[in-house]
Amino acid sequence: MKKFLIPLALFVVLVLFLAAGLKRDPHEIPSPLINRAAPEFSLQTLSGKSTFSPSDYKGRVWLLNVWATWCVSCREEHPVLVAFAKQIAVPIVGLSYKEIQPQDDPEKKLSPDAQLSLARSRGAVWLERHGNPYSLSVMDLDGRVGIDYGVYGVPETYIIDKEGVIRYKQIGPVTPQLLTNTLLPIIRGLENS
Amino acid sequence: MNFCGLISKNSRSPVAVLPTRDRLAGLTGFVYFLISGLIAVSFASNPVLAKEAEPMASDAQVEARLVHIAEELRCLVCQNESLSSSRADLAEDLRAQVREQIVKGRTDQEIKDYLVERYGDFVLYRPAVKPMTWALWFGPFVCLLIGLGVLLFAINKRNKKIQSLQPATHATVVGAESNTNLTAPSQLSETAHPEHKE
Repeated sequence: MKKFLIPLALFVVLVLFLAAGLKRDPHEIPSPLINRAAPEFSLQTLSGKSTFSPSDYKGRVWLLNVWATWCVSCREEHPVLVAFAKQIAVPIVGLSYKEIQPQDDPEKKLSPDAQLSLARSRGAVWLERHGNPYSLSVMDLDGRVGIDYGVYGVPETYIIDKEGVIRYKQIGPVTPQLLTNTLLPIIRGLENS
Repeated sequence: MNFCGLISKNSRSPVAVLPTRDRLAGLTGFVYFLISGLIAVSFASNPVLAKEAEPMASDAQVEARLVHIAEELRCLVCQNESLSSSRADLAEDLRAQVREQIVKGRTDQEIKDYLVERYGDFVLYRPAVKPMTWALWFGPFVCLLIGLGVLLFAINKRNKKIQSLQPATHATVVGAESNTNLTAPSQLSETAHPEHKE
């Protein structure tokens, strides 16, 4: 009986490792940007009337939410954000990520200006229809800012603290549970610090 | 969004229609007609299928370096594909970034660092050797050494046991062998050796 004890223990350890592996989502890659300064950018807002930079919100805790009208999971997430925006004073900045997809313009005929205006009208219509949780939304047409933030799947949500440091990154849609159990405690903690 | 190009590949591939051939095996003439039709259709639709990543720069040297670097990088959308072979939109954007930086004269290491800064070690197919990745790099060798140690220990123990039991074991083995041979010689097959029955 004693003979089997060691293989059994090894087997149990292996099973525990595999079980833990099953629960992990391989698509969630830990971001190296956590606890680092949010990359600086200056982008036009959706309305085109002004520009926004992360440094504008220095001294405030804020959220950066990456979205697009073609993103299916964003539809699922959007009502959660709309309800959340009404409930809390923390500003949510929308990053309209690559609104114009290659299939929208297969022959690459649209000029940059035409792309911009198409993206603007699409974004505005979408926000009007589904509600606008954003204090403002900026346009990242070519996805360069997205790359700086390590965006690889939309939607993604970042919590940025008063010093302009990224404290949390959510990959995939924000759910009500996630909001109450994870995001809100972090936001409260950062606001009180 | 083009997700790894899977959907477009499957829906248009002529391979997907091939099972029809099995079902109509009896109607040879009709099958030939069908196959020739399929071939014609697949040829006709080939220009649609062949959507390759189009090189933006004509400079062959830049493209060669791009492929060299991108082969060592992992696409984040299709995680089992390298950045050079992935058809995901993000991979295309990242290739454009790498291309841009090559033209700017950055070194391979600088370009890789740029991507690691944003996406983490995950983008590297060959992660850097550092305390965090020691288990990854040296773990297999440690396991091998442990395995060898256990094996040597077991062999040593077994040898000692055999030595101490030698006269007795020898007798039983001979006895068992002659016994099985006597009772059922016809039942001996390739799979059941008398020694294994013990």
